[in-house]
Amino acid sequence: MKSFDYVKPASIPEAVAAARAPGAAYLAAGTNLLDLMKSGVSRPERLIDVTHLPGLDTIEKLPDGGLRIGALVRNADLAHDAAFAKAYPAVAEALLSGGSAQLRNAATVGGNLLQRTRCAYFYDVASACNKRAPGSGCDARGGDNDMHAVLGWSDGCIATHPSDFCVPLVALDATVEIEGHGGRRETRLEDLHRLPGTTPEQETVLETGDLIVALKLPAEARNFASHARYLKVRERTSYAFAVVSAAAHLTLAGGRIRQARVALGGVAAKPWRAREAEALLAGTDATTQNFRLAAEVALAAAKPSGDNVFKIELAQRIIVRALNLAAAGTPERVAALPASPFSIHSGALHDA
Amino acid sequence: MNHSISLTVNGVRREIALTDPRVTLLDLLREQLDLTGTKKGCDRGQCGACTILVDGRRINSCLALAISHDGRDITTIEGVARGDELHPLQAAFIAHDGFQCGFCTPGQIMSALGLINEGQAGCDAERIREGMSGNLCRCGAYAGITEAVLEVQQKLEAEKERRVA
Repeated sequence: MKSFDYVKPASIPEAVAAARAPGAAYLAAGTNLLDLMKSGVSRPERLIDVTHLPGLDTIEKLPDGGLRIGALVRNADLAHDAAFAKAYPAVAEALLSGGSAQLRNAATVGGNLLQRTRCAYFYDVASACNKRAPGSGCDARGGDNDMHAVLGWSDGCIATHPSDFCVPLVALDATVEIEGHGGRRETRLEDLHRLPGTTPEQETVLETGDLIVALKLPAEARNFASHARYLKVRERTSYAFAVVSAAAHLTLAGGRIRQARVALGGVAAKPWRAREAEALLAGTDATTQNFRLAAEVALAAAKPSGDNVFKIELAQRIIVRALNLAAAGTPERVAALPASPFSIHSGALHDA
Repeated sequence: MNHSISLTVNGVRREIALTDPRVTLLDLLREQLDLTGTKKGCDRGQCGACTILVDGRRINSCLALAISHDGRDITTIEGVARGDELHPLQAAFIAHDGFQCGFCTPGQIMSALGLINEGQAGCDAERIREGMSGNLCRCGAYAGITEAVLEVQQKLEAEKERRVA
């Protein structure tokens, strides 16, 4: 690991000022950053430790019915906050399906949003990667690429965004509060991450020195609490990134859908909101046939970026299954195997 | 540049000089404090062999910079037994053959302690397995590990009921 200067600011403005220096990076839990630094993928000159900054670790209800979550709230604390899990069950389920208990105890809300792709060629400094070294090429094309993107990818980069947490969040219109040199601003989470295009190294709309200070959920996000699920296919039962995942949220009147919110993970360089599918579902009956039509619309623009044509059909089936689970109702408690389509008990439903 | 931090390690407060900000909690424990019970497996947060408790919560010590943990309370496998008396989890791992080569065992036990503290799994074997999925065992002693954790959890719940009754 390359050495770095360690800076421990006492306030948010001090942190933002320290981050003006070239090669500066913020350090929260470091569960992804330290891994990247050990591999030589990230080589910051200066680490600005924000873990001690006051006021960033609270969950507060806003007067307008929304929720504000401090950027330093740990993933496990948020997922196990009873009021949070009740109001936003698919978000809690997504959090609990990510990483391991050890990682969730350390990893922060802000860090989760900014974690980097797990594309093996991005991690391997001997491989060509336009994201890590712009202009060097992409060894994932023509390499082992069955896990790569099927939506929104470009010739320059076919990597996916690895977060589970972000998937239900974009479906629920979450916003991100950012402190930068020009003061504080807010952006939709859906607009935080960029598609690769010809500049895959530019992963977010954040500028030098920008610090995510909070995540916000609007009041309407609570309306889906009784019909909200996250479903995630992995290559092993637990502790793995998504091959494909889906967040499904419904509000129902009788058997009819009033509003639907659908988003996908593991398919693109950003958490993928499926707005056309949502529009198709609104006002229709909550049936498997309608869910299938919505799934087809959601993946209409998908194309394989390598050996991953299977992901297009898989994503559709996961959407159908997630919508069926959401229609059946949110379980009282998060499933024993969160977001998993499998159970070790043969014949048991995964959320039994 | 020299930095100094203060840590409570297994109940003892220690002032520690760090000559390099790159030192992880794992390397600090093993190289500087001679507490080699915490194991370095993958050094990337993938295997769980380095699991310790920080302020009672289990984390991967390989992905934690020591310098960022000034003032925290650390428990390692060396702090689990009371003198010669094994912690019930340690005894249960022996009773249920919860290990073979033993390399992952300190991490497994620290993780199980964290799991029990978290109070999320209860006596549900599937929730215990899921909660322990951050600890790999390449000898494949998973069945024994689950039984050991389950037994300790069951005893704890029985005790709790006795106290209530």
